[in-house]
Order: sequence, then structure tokens, then C-alpha cells
Amino acid sequence: MSLIFEKSVPGRTGVSLPECDVPSDAYIPTEFSRQSDLDLCELSELDVVRHFTALSEKNFGVDTGFYPLGSCTMKYNPKILEEVAALPGFAELHPFLPQLRHGGMLTQGALLVLYELERLLCEITGMDAFTLQPLAGAHGELTGMMLIAAYHRDKGNTKSVVLIPDEAHGTNPSSAATAGYTTTPVPTDQETGVLDMAALESMVDDRTAAIMLTNPSTLGIFNGQIGKIAEIAHRHDALVYYDGANLNAVLGRFRPGDAGVDVMHVNLHKTFGTPHGSGGPGAGPVGVSSHLDPYLPVSRVVKRKDSTYTLDYDRSKSIGYIAPFYGNFAVCLKAYAYILLHGADGLREVSGNAVLNANYLMHALKTVYELPFDRTCMHEFVLSAREEAKAGVRAVDIAKGLIDEGFHPPTMYFPLIVKEALMIEPTETESKETLDCFIAAMKRIAAKVKDAPDSLHNAPCTTPVGRPDEVKAAKDMDLAYLAK
Amino acid sequence: MSYIANTPAQQQEMLAACGAASVDDLFRDIPDDLAPSSFDLPRAKSELEVRGYFQSVASRNYSHLTNFLGGGFYDHFIPAAVDAIASRSEFVTAYTPYQPEVSQGTLQAIYEYQTQICRLTGMDAANASVYDGGTALYEACQMALHSVRKRNKIVMDSGVNPVYRKMLYSYTANLSIDFDEVPVTHGQSDRDRLFELLDENTAAVILQNPNFFGAVDDHSDIVDYCHERGILVIQSVYPIAMALVKPPGEMGVDIVTGEGQSLGIPLSFGGPYLGFMATTRKLVRRLPGRLAGRTTDVHGNESFVLTLQAREQHIRREKATSNICTNQALCALRANIYLSLLGKEGLKKVARLCHAKAHYAKERFKAIPGVTVKESSSTFNEFTIELPVDAEDVAGTMVERGIAPGLPLGQFYEGMGNYLLVAVTEKRTKYDIGTFAEALEDVLCR
Repeated sequence: MSLIFEKSVPGRTGVSLPECDVPSDAYIPTEFSRQSDLDLCELSELDVVRHFTALSEKNFGVDTGFYPLGSCTMKYNPKILEEVAALPGFAELHPFLPQLRHGGMLTQGALLVLYELERLLCEITGMDAFTLQPLAGAHGELTGMMLIAAYHRDKGNTKSVVLIPDEAHGTNPSSAATAGYTTTPVPTDQETGVLDMAALESMVDDRTAAIMLTNPSTLGIFNGQIGKIAEIAHRHDALVYYDGANLNAVLGRFRPGDAGVDVMHVNLHKTFGTPHGSGGPGAGPVGVSSHLDPYLPVSRVVKRKDSTYTLDYDRSKSIGYIAPFYGNFAVCLKAYAYILLHGADGLREVSGNAVLNANYLMHALKTVYELPFDRTCMHEFVLSAREEAKAGVRAVDIAKGLIDEGFHPPTMYFPLIVKEALMIEPTETESKETLDCFIAAMKRIAAKVKDAPDSLHNAPCTTPVGRPDEVKAAKDMDLAYLAK
Repeated sequence: MSYIANTPAQQQEMLAACGAASVDDLFRDIPDDLAPSSFDLPRAKSELEVRGYFQSVASRNYSHLTNFLGGGFYDHFIPAAVDAIASRSEFVTAYTPYQPEVSQGTLQAIYEYQTQICRLTGMDAANASVYDGGTALYEACQMALHSVRKRNKIVMDSGVNPVYRKMLYSYTANLSIDFDEVPVTHGQSDRDRLFELLDENTAAVILQNPNFFGAVDDHSDIVDYCHERGILVIQSVYPIAMALVKPPGEMGVDIVTGEGQSLGIPLSFGGPYLGFMATTRKLVRRLPGRLAGRTTDVHGNESFVLTLQAREQHIRREKATSNICTNQALCALRANIYLSLLGKEGLKKVARLCHAKAHYAKERFKAIPGVTVKESSSTFNEFTIELPVDAEDVAGTMVERGIAPGLPLGQFYEGMGNYLLVAVTEKRTKYDIGTFAEALEDVLCR
């Protein structure tokens, strides 16, 4: 399909702007002016609408069909949330407004949203305080690592190492490294699929700044030893960071704060109602226990005695600014509305059905595919296509075969500790009928592995394009449509 | 309200298939002593109740003030078609395009967005975006420090957005990076004092155009001076201004960043926004975040794919160029649609309207006794005025008259308690500006 630039016709425009109602003789001196022509496209509004509508039709979203992408929690998100975020009273609000004198009184509605959401997230996770400022999950991890660094610096601790299980998301080691730490992987017990406690105990020492945990892990297994892990860490004044990527599995059933976790982040876009938007924006609020509260980024939303809200910047130990303002406010709004729609029982139903759907799929699929860790799973489970790969059909071929069956593929080749991994997370909003269709498709593919492997090697064949040449993409590096 | 499809009967059927007695039974890996000590949330509300509640909460915000606030975040017109297209659920409910065959829409849109940013800035390559203009600037610093080996000092112009400078200090508190700041001038960057701060340990210089005070500049001479000394130049820019002012590509700048909120993204009380980043062919492999590339598929047809992923955290883990995982895909899509609708003439017209109206506002303010328009150089759509009294007091009074008059600078710059930074966009009319000027004169007379 042509690029938007290739559709350009000189003289066309797609916008209607007012005439200038003031004298228009002002000009920018030539020495500071653009010399080259502004090379943007020239199109009518309809040209633009048709172009992007056609592009949208080449996409697959949760609203299109089942999206069992492990680790990503691709649930259905209620449409009312988008309506709430678009209310002009929120969408047209300038972020500098509350920073004018008495300006907080001009944004009481917005400050209420921030305050109440922080409070609800504290109750849901058992943490003592939250900041909504981190702009994404990985940004939350980085903020958490910065808080941990500030805590140790303040106490005069010289610690340099963060311990991270080998099954963790890549963002964990990357975020710790970005904050200035060295990272050391902790092995997973190959029998049970949970963290090797003996190994961990031998690795924690006075240089350990923190342990980063995802629980349930990326294998979809809950580690019941988390309380003990916190004890071991605290013995060495190391802190426990909880990656809330998989919080959807334990809503109302486990609260990290109750287990001694010191810092955590929540992916609002996974668990609380913001669709993934083709890759963003999301939000990654960070919760802390009270001893880390002084280091939270500024500003802090405070409720005054007269029940009005204000912003507090006067915090001497704060790590400072990690976002320009108060976080991805529109995403926070959706999360607040999502929590209000569900209530406590509704959120328990979310985790209950997410886990039930995952176990139902796992029980049906383990009869046809290898399940390396055969035990009750939480919200997701990991299959291995190791045997199929021996027969020449790899995990990627199974994934592409699923596309031709009308499904989005699971996460492939992650976690790294499972060979030929296929990580499946159905989420709570999918119906039994959809899951049954998926099971049937996976069984047909298993049959094809034996009978018609080439049909999988050549998959997908129902999509606008076949498998792209990634080597050529990296070698030629065509990243923009520019005149040579 | 519940969004669960499965009925209790279906749930029982599924539990039986799993060999579990109850849903709670599936959570047996959570030890009893880790059961929640509390889970006290408000009663669930219906969709109707939620809608009413948020309408009432939203009405407590003064979003209807006549807005002259800027400071890097602007109240620009957003064509209806931007919302109409960007709210299509095929874009909204998709994940990151890791499966290219079912994500060609997103991938082509990112490729087009990268192209739009390159054309706007005059650079060779842009990434798929990062969180916001401030994190883009931080990522640019990391790029520079990795590109210029064994140097760890960065010199910042004080005309760089103070919010971003605060962010940079926070991000680097645990790293060994030295920052130096060139003292403040309202007009263009002070060359002499900037050059004095450069030494053999300097990796990069950060500039902004137009700067925080709205002044436009040609930084070509600074770029030449820096390049002779092996120093990279990072420039943060305002995308709407790029239609008229000299883009960084024409100055030889190495890394360009900016806040893309002006390109069709609502103010939304601070986010989500759009951090754009562009660079030269030479530094492209140092760019953080996602990159969409054009290639061919197995049949030789044109197709798009995420490329150079070996730089990223999901492959390189602790050795990645950045910990960034997400991009602001939906915001980047909005920017792409906005720039496609406005196009070459539309964007120039918006920029000219902003510039002309700001110029008119300056003329009106000059006529007010006691008000000085700081004019040490040309400005685009934002400028500083000096008042005879505290700017925060004046702003507080103006707000009561329905006008958000601009940003008092005392909170960001020492000794600027009487300064107000005023921004004018194409949405403000001659009447709005006149009302503002009259109200200001009235307030100052009292």
C-alpha cells in the first residue's frame, strides 16, 4: 500500500483554519528562518481518512479477535473509559494551571482523581504510598530503582548489585543498569519452575541493593516464598522490588505490601483498563512502603483539612522530577474509572476468571504440546515446542499458523529459560467458546506439524504480507521516506 | 459491573475440566498467611453512575479559561479527523507490532511518523517515539555519552525548559555525569559564556530552539565550534515552529528531541504526550526505543517490520541502549494524522497565525504603562514580559477574570519574580488578546 507521502497532490489541504484577524506583517528574520522547503504531504481530509482507515484494516486488535499474548494481558477494556478520558474538563486542562498561585483550586477535579487513584492502588496492593508519575512499566522500574538508590545513599549504604531471576522481563536488568546498578541473574529451579531459594540465599550479601521479583513469575507460577525472600533481603538491608506486570492474576488474592515488598510498579495498561494502543501510551505508577515515602518524586498530591487538594513540592529527600507533570493523566483516569466499575468483588472476579481461563486452556493443550512445568498455573502458562522443533516446525511456525486460524499468536521465545517457548495468557474477558475455538486450532496445528509441516513454514498466507525479511530490514535500514 | 463473559455454569464446567473444586482452589499456591489483610474498595458502580460521576468531577476543573499558558505545552487546534481516525479500535486495542504480518497498519504508520519527524527537523532518522520531551532529552544525553567515549560532562543552556533540566538531574543522580549550565539570557544563547564551559571532558551541549523564553536562534556557529572539539550538539525543538524557523538539520545538529504534544495531542493535564527523537545517519544505531523499517516479505512484496531490535532491552537486557520498552504509538499516530491533514501549507499557516498573533499581543502589551516586553531577539509564539509587580500575584488575579495569562517565571529562575511567559496559539482571537491586554492594564492600575 502506498505511503501517505506518495499520495500527495500539490495544492491540496486537509484542514480548515481561520483567517488571520490581526495584522500579519510580522516575519522571522531570514537568518533564523527555514531555508529548505517544508516537505510535508498535500492531501484532502478524505484522502487522509481513507489512508488511515485502510491501514487500520491491516491491524489485529483485541476488538478484532483473541489475543493470547503472554505477559501482555490483552484483555477487553470497557469503552466508557475512553469516553471519561476524553471529557473536555480533563482533556483540555493545561498541566501548568495548578502551578499558578492558588491554581490548585482551578484543578480540584484532576487533583481528586490523582489522590483517589493513589489511595485505591495502596489498598489494592497493600503499599503505603503511590506516585502516579511513571509513564510506563519500564519507567516505573527505573523510578523504583532510583528510589532504592536514594534510600541507600541516604543511609550511607554502598551497594552496587541488583539480583534478578533469570526468567524476568528484559526491562528488569535494563532498568537496574540504567539506574547505575550491576545485575546478577538468579537461577530458576528447573524441577519446580520457581526461584532457586538456596541459590538466592547464597547470593544475597551486603553489596545487594535489591532483589527484583515478578510474582506470579513469567512462567505463570506464584512463588509462595515471597515473604521469606523479603526476610532474607531485609537481613542485609537489601530492598525487594515487585514487578507488577502480572498483578492481574492476584487482584484481591495477594497484596505485595502484605509480604514485605518495599517497592513495586503497576502496569495500568495491563491490569486497569487502558488498551495497549499499538505499543503505548501506558502508565507505571510506583508504590512504596512508608520508609521509602520521603524519596518519592515531586509533586505529591495532598488532601487538606478542608477536603481540598493541593500539590506539595517541598520534599527535601525527593528524587525530584521523573515526568514533566503528574504522570500520564488520561491513563490514570481510565484506571480510576475501571476500579470504580469493578469494586472489590469485581476485581476478585477478574483474577479468578483470568486464572480459570488459563488453567482451562493449559489442561486442554498439555495433551498435545509439552508443558515443561505441569502444575496449577496463574494467569498464564508456557508451552514448549521443543519436540515440534526437532521435527522441523519451530515455535515461530506454530505462531504464524495461528494467524491463519484467525488468532493473534502467543508470546514466542520468552521466557528465555524455556526452549521454543509459547507463552499463553487468555485473560478474564474471553468466553469459553473462544477458548474452545483456540484449543481446536492448536490441535489442528499439532496435526499439521506431522502431516503438513510446509503449510506452517509458509504461514501466514491470509495476511496482507507474508513473513518480512528482517535481515534485509536491518542491513538496508530504510527508516524514512526521504529524497536521496 | 462485570465484563466477564462466562456464566457460573460455564465456570463450573471449566473447573471440572481442570480438576478443581472451586476458583479459590486454583489459588492454593498463595499461602494462607499471605491472604490480603484488607481489600476495602468502594462498591462497584454501573456505567451510568460512572459517567455521571466523572462528568461532575471534570466540571470542577477550570479548563475553559482563555489560555495563554505555554512553557513547552500548547493549546493548539486539533482537527476532528484526528480523533475519528486515532480512535479506531484496530489501532487502539493492538499490542506492539512484534507480529508484523498482523500489524502492517501500525508498522507503516510508525514508518510514516518517523518520516514526518525527519522532514520536519531535517534529520536522517527518527525513532518510533519515547514517553515525552523530557525523557527524549535524557535519552539523547545517554546517546551522546555512549557515542563520545570517555567524556562525562554535559553543558546545558539555561534556555532549555527548566522542567526538563530538573528531570535530567533526577535521572542522573546515581550516575557519574557532570552537568554545567550556561547562565540565563532572555534572548539567544550566550556564546561566550557557553564556550567558556566547554572542555576536553565535554561530551555534549544541550540547546533549545525556540528557547524557553520563546527566542529563535541559529545555532550553526555553536555546532561548528563544538564539532571542532569532538562535542555533540543536542537540540530540543518545538515542532510547530519548525514550519518557519531554521530546523536543526540545517544547523548540523547531531541529536534532535522535542515534545510532540502540539501535533494533535490534547493537553490532558500532563499526559500522555509524545517524545520525538531524530538523529544523523551516523548515530542511528545509538537511537533508543523502537524503529520501524521498510523491507520486503517472502514474496518480495513491500512490508514493514521493527528493526535493529538487537539494541533493545528484550534482547540485550542489561546491555541495551535504553530500558525503554514502550513507545507512545497512539500519540505518534495522532501526530502522523495531524501532519498529514495540515500538510505543507496547513502547518505553515498555523505557524504564521501563532507568530502573527503573538506579535500583535506584544504590541498591545507595549502600550500598557509599566509593562516591558523583553525583546532581545526575535521570538516565535511565546515571549516574556516584565511587570512592575509580582507576576504570580497578577496571574492569580487574572485567573479570576477567566484568563490564564501565562507562566510566572519566578518559580524557575532566580530574580524573575516579575516576569511572565506568555504563549499565543492560533486558537486565540484578536478579541481574546485585546481582553487580556485590557484586563492586565486594569489589574496593574489598581
